[in-house]
Amino acid sequence: MSDTKATTGGSLFTPFNMVAGLILLVGGAITVLRFTGGLGAVTNLSDYNPWGLWIGFDLLVGVALAAGGYVTSAACYIFGLKRFHSAVRPAILTGFLGYALVVFALHYDVGRPWRLPYPFIVQPGTTSVLFEVGACVALYLTVLFVEYSTAPLEWLGFKRARNLVVKLTLVLTIFGVVLSTLHQSSLGALYLIAPSKLHPLWYSSYLPVYFFISSIIAGMSMVIFEGTMSHKYFHDKMDEAHLKEADGVVLGFGKAAAFLLFGYFVIKLVGLAVDNNWHHLATGWGLWFLVEMLGFVLLPCYLYAVGTRDKNIKMIRRTSLIAVLGIVLNRLNISLVAFNYHLPSSERYFPHWMEIAISLFIVTIGVLVFRFVVTRMPILYEHPDYKDAH
Amino acid sequence: MAISRRKFLGWMGAAGLGATVGKSAHAASNKHFEGYPDSPGVLHDIVRCVGCRSCEAACNSVNQLPPPEQSFKDLTVLDRKRRTDAKTYTVVNRFETESGGNAPIFVKNQCNHCLEPACASACFVHAFTKTKEGAVIYDESVCVGCRYCMIACPFEIPTYEYDKALTPRVMKCTLCHPRLLEGKLPGCVEVCPTEALTFGRREDLLNIARERIRRQPDRYIDQIYGENEMGGTSWLYIAGTPFRELGKREDLGLTPAPALTAGALGAVPIVVGLWPVLLTGIYAVSQRKDKIAREEQSEAIADAVAASKEDAAAELKKVLAMKEKEKETAINMAVKKALEEAAKAQEEEAAKAQEEEAAEPPQDDPESKPTEEDS
Ligand code: SF4
Ligand code: SF4
Repeated sequence: MSDTKATTGGSLFTPFNMVAGLILLVGGAITVLRFTGGLGAVTNLSDYNPWGLWIGFDLLVGVALAAGGYVTSAACYIFGLKRFHSAVRPAILTGFLGYALVVFALHYDVGRPWRLPYPFIVQPGTTSVLFEVGACVALYLTVLFVEYSTAPLEWLGFKRARNLVVKLTLVLTIFGVVLSTLHQSSLGALYLIAPSKLHPLWYSSYLPVYFFISSIIAGMSMVIFEGTMSHKYFHDKMDEAHLKEADGVVLGFGKAAAFLLFGYFVIKLVGLAVDNNWHHLATGWGLWFLVEMLGFVLLPCYLYAVGTRDKNIKMIRRTSLIAVLGIVLNRLNISLVAFNYHLPSSERYFPHWMEIAISLFIVTIGVLVFRFVVTRMPILYEHPDYKDAH
Repeated sequence: MAISRRKFLGWMGAAGLGATVGKSAHAASNKHFEGYPDSPGVLHDIVRCVGCRSCEAACNSVNQLPPPEQSFKDLTVLDRKRRTDAKTYTVVNRFETESGGNAPIFVKNQCNHCLEPACASACFVHAFTKTKEGAVIYDESVCVGCRYCMIACPFEIPTYEYDKALTPRVMKCTLCHPRLLEGKLPGCVEVCPTEALTFGRREDLLNIARERIRRQPDRYIDQIYGENEMGGTSWLYIAGTPFRELGKREDLGLTPAPALTAGALGAVPIVVGLWPVLLTGIYAVSQRKDKIAREEQSEAIADAVAASKEDAAAELKKVLAMKEKEKETAINMAVKKALEEAAKAQEEEAAKAQEEEAAEPPQDDPESKPTEEDS
């Protein structure tokens, strides 16, 4: 890839580039295998387990972690928290990249990817939750693209187009929040149709609410986490405003995430109580459920709270990693671990190494594109020509 | 309060979808859709089944499925539990249960052709249709291959052609829909030698089943599997042992699949309608807060500026006054100096005139000039 050269200023053969290159090579080879040999050649999917890692991780986790875009722009433009302004662009970029990669990953997973537009142009299945997910993701990807387009437009010097997009900010933001609310929650609603297959500790008629609330937590934690990474690797690209506001963003989102995590914990308990599932807690499944609830909901909640109280930026940053892992764990639990819990272990699913390799491949593409963009376009700094525009 | 939450959500779903897509509203309502009146089904009498696998063979041939690895005559296949797969629409499994005295019990399994199919409600291209002939059929020409139908089916029936690269299909029993249209029986029903399978109007089948249970209460348990499971299915089963011991789940509940997601779908118009209004409201409030803050700020600035202006004016005045004074003194001094100089000049002139009168010419000046030029 051409971008790998430009950024490292000289040697192409840094350890990072070599690993990334290897992953890309392997991913390319598996891609060929997937589209010549079918899903059976590269996955462990079966008639009992039609959805594997590519749905559990690439779709569910991917969409949740890309929620930073709508969360940050809503905080800044709708709730008027101007101090988040410098965090909006990187969040929109990750959101856009995240969704683009989710759609890209779906091309591997569905049987006939060229038919992905069929639900919208040939025959809509409006009774399906998946239809809602598809429609919202497609629309939201467009919204994110338009929102993100200010950066390349500034880079390319198309002032007029750029200013037009900026004028649309509020409308786009509201549109983004509506679409995100819908599809974040309906990803959870996908599982409502299978009460007999998902373990009762994870199945609840509140699944859509759980998914929505946890997506906000995921979005905030991702913004903090990704900011940490960017500070480490792209510090030189950040302007004064970004650096000055960074701690404020961390504190603000850390505090909000602490509250949300607590609320999330409470509504999870309400869900248990409504369905009277307490007795399941005493089983092996209950133990695993408690690991998720205590280790990855309550613990980050507490750490976030302490971190914001003490203004301990480092602590909040570390906590964001736990929170992000918690979201990953939750989505994988619902889609893979607790799904089909009733089947004998011989029928259970574990991903094939090539499925894992493709997921890695897609994440790697995301990191490379992110690096390409932030080292060139005004993401972590404001373009000098447009400084006064806010 | 007699309204359950689910019912309420169901109403919301009906209202919401009714508003957006009109004709599919029934799919999201919680109205119990009983299937088409007079639609047919099949009754499987497990007590009569002898496990000969003739139905499997017939299914394979009428549907032109690929030949099996082991012949249909080979009954050792029954030694392990099998499920439907991409090459097999129906399977017969053998169970030995304690309550059945460990005698072999044979159970046929295939798509149950639900009255309100989960697969159909889950498909986002509407590839499945419940026909008035009772069959749930699949349209390969629109299927995207997302496999959500397989997630949704509570009976774990649909299968997928995972080994096809470009044209994978979802595969499942069609209730021999093409044959039904020709007025023929489904392949399996036609071939069954023991009449363990009966084809007919679902209503009639229910009556037949009840009659058999009533006549021989020692051979049958008092339950018709499929009568109500998830809203009911076109296939019905009667047996002599509890169904949960025969690989049939009894915990599926009575709620038809579409009702499970109706609430979530019903929330769509609410979110679409309410969110923009709320968000714009929040925006307006935050703008107003901003505006007030800004106004306060600009007032403060204005005050500060005004105050400093006054200060500046005072300062300026002082400075001007001082300057004025300085100027005055300067002028005065200049005038004084000028006057002094004038007086001096006058004196000098007077003195000069006196010297000239004395007739003595000056000498120093012409001498000093050349020396300066030299150096
Ligand atoms: S049994 Fe499964 S595949 Fe058959 S109609 Fe019902 S939901 Fe669809
Ligand atoms: S796999 Fe095909 S039939 Fe099944 S839900 Fe997806 S598009 Fe519909």
